[in-house]
Amino acid sequence: MTTTYLAADWDRLGGTFLDAIGDTLVMVTLTMVLGGIGGLLIGLLLYTSRAGGILQSKPIYWVLNILVNFVRPIPFIILIAMLAPLTLQVIGTTIGRSAAIFIMCIAAAFAVARIVEQNLVAIDPGVIEAARAMGASPWRIIRTVIIPEALGPLVLGYTFIFIAVVDMSAMAGYIGGGGLGDFAIVYGYRAYDLEVTYAAVIVIVIIVQIAQLFGNWLSRRILRR
Amino acid sequence: MSDTASPIRPRTGTRIEFRDVTKVFTNQKKTETRAVDGVTLTVEPGEILGVIGYSGAGKSTLVRLINGLDSTTSGQLLLDGTDVVGLPESKLRSIRRGIGMIFQQFNLFHSRTAAGNIAYPLELAGMPKAERKKRVAELLDFVGLGDKGSNYPEQLSGGQKQRVGIARALATNPRLLLADEATSALDPETTHDVLNLLREINRDLGITIVVITHEMEVVRSIADKVAVMEAGKVVEYGSVYEVFSHPQTKVAQRFVSTSLRNTPDLVEAEDLLAHDGRLFTINLTQDSGFFAAAAAAREDGLGINIVHGGVTTLQRQSFGKMTVRLTGPDQAIEKFRDALSRTTDIQEITR
Repeated sequence: MTTTYLAADWDRLGGTFLDAIGDTLVMVTLTMVLGGIGGLLIGLLLYTSRAGGILQSKPIYWVLNILVNFVRPIPFIILIAMLAPLTLQVIGTTIGRSAAIFIMCIAAAFAVARIVEQNLVAIDPGVIEAARAMGASPWRIIRTVIIPEALGPLVLGYTFIFIAVVDMSAMAGYIGGGGLGDFAIVYGYRAYDLEVTYAAVIVIVIIVQIAQLFGNWLSRRILRR
Repeated sequence: MSDTASPIRPRTGTRIEFRDVTKVFTNQKKTETRAVDGVTLTVEPGEILGVIGYSGAGKSTLVRLINGLDSTTSGQLLLDGTDVVGLPESKLRSIRRGIGMIFQQFNLFHSRTAAGNIAYPLELAGMPKAERKKRVAELLDFVGLGDKGSNYPEQLSGGQKQRVGIARALATNPRLLLADEATSALDPETTHDVLNLLREINRDLGITIVVITHEMEVVRSIADKVAVMEAGKVVEYGSVYEVFSHPQTKVAQRFVSTSLRNTPDLVEAEDLLAHDGRLFTINLTQDSGFFAAAAAAREDGLGINIVHGGVTTLQRQSFGKMTVRLTGPDQAIEKFRDALSRTTDIQEITR
């Protein structure tokens, strides 16, 4: 009468599952922080170096723009392979969690850069002009005007990119980075154990939901709505 | 606002001297636009200069050259005798800290409260926090927003926003205030309040003020001198009285007539001409001889009726225009015209 199709041996898998959750959280958090900072810097440079920007520079804008357009469309799995020599130089190995985080940071930085740029373009140029008229330096304007004025939308942009980072983390298993994606493939898909796959999916959905709720709450507070 | 409560010590204003100043913008297709074209002009300390012109006349650019938001292409621009043309950005920044600027769209920081906005230039000047707080409170009182310090811009009305903008511009005791269409986004009532505040600032503190506007009313109610701009050039310059009473150029005449409304416009003239008689517009000054001529005309059997007109007092002098309808023999009408054209301007309105 009762047939259990989803019968994973959680006593055996439990520890691995928790490790996988931990790996995902570490990979995603570090990528959001480090890639996020990198993306913020590139995005700020794109915005300030563009025509009419406070650090207007055609060559810088041109190079960065091409670079971002070049890196962004590369599928993450191919980026992993493509960046292998660089990963080896920086991390010392091309496999494992650190290597995965390094590549994720680069991919995230370029994705974040565009989102940052797009949000900064929406800033009223008048407030930047006012700051200039008061004698603020470009760096000061970036710190005290540009970032605070765009902070609400920036938080939403980072929240948006969070899902893409979780998506990337699922492919980290390919180079031995571990995490929930790897767990779902190895112990779920390849073991014909749907329950394991679903368990991984549910945890991922919960992580993303929490991030989304937090991002929405934070941006609402910043925007005073 | 009493003098003792005034948070800003009275000082003299900045002297501005434009010497053959030109600004050329080059766009991506390498076509050149002379936004400011050979302007020579002096603004004396403590003076209020009104710069008026239609959009695209170059008035905004002219003012942005003063604080170096745009760079001058050629010529000299002296602030109290110091040429600011070609100064490096770092030098310009310290000059800008001594120049206040207010804007049409107020340009308040949305991420900061009213108090935070006013504190910004003080932070740039490196004022310690406690002192800054005191100064911000003084400035908020000064512009009549003592209780609005913790409000964010979206919680303020247009007039209140511009008051915050003015307080922010005055925070560092500037000797020069630039107002870029500062009242163009405000309703007439609020415009009046803001202009009064600017006039008070000028009178009590002696700050030089340059006001850009496309509204002659603004010039009329606040400025000492007017510069009328067209296609990058200052086509007419003089005291407000001179320009209003004797506008020389077409563009100045148009601006003056929008403000004074003392000559019938095309539609009104058309209506007036529908009746019998001939129409004359007469320039009224202190001794235009109008009344003598009118008395003589009556004796000659002319009917004389005032159909349009207005008299204004500006800088303690009265002037105006009046349009009259004359009915009667043509000979007597010609006599009236000849008599008046010896003492003032008289023009017939015809179809």
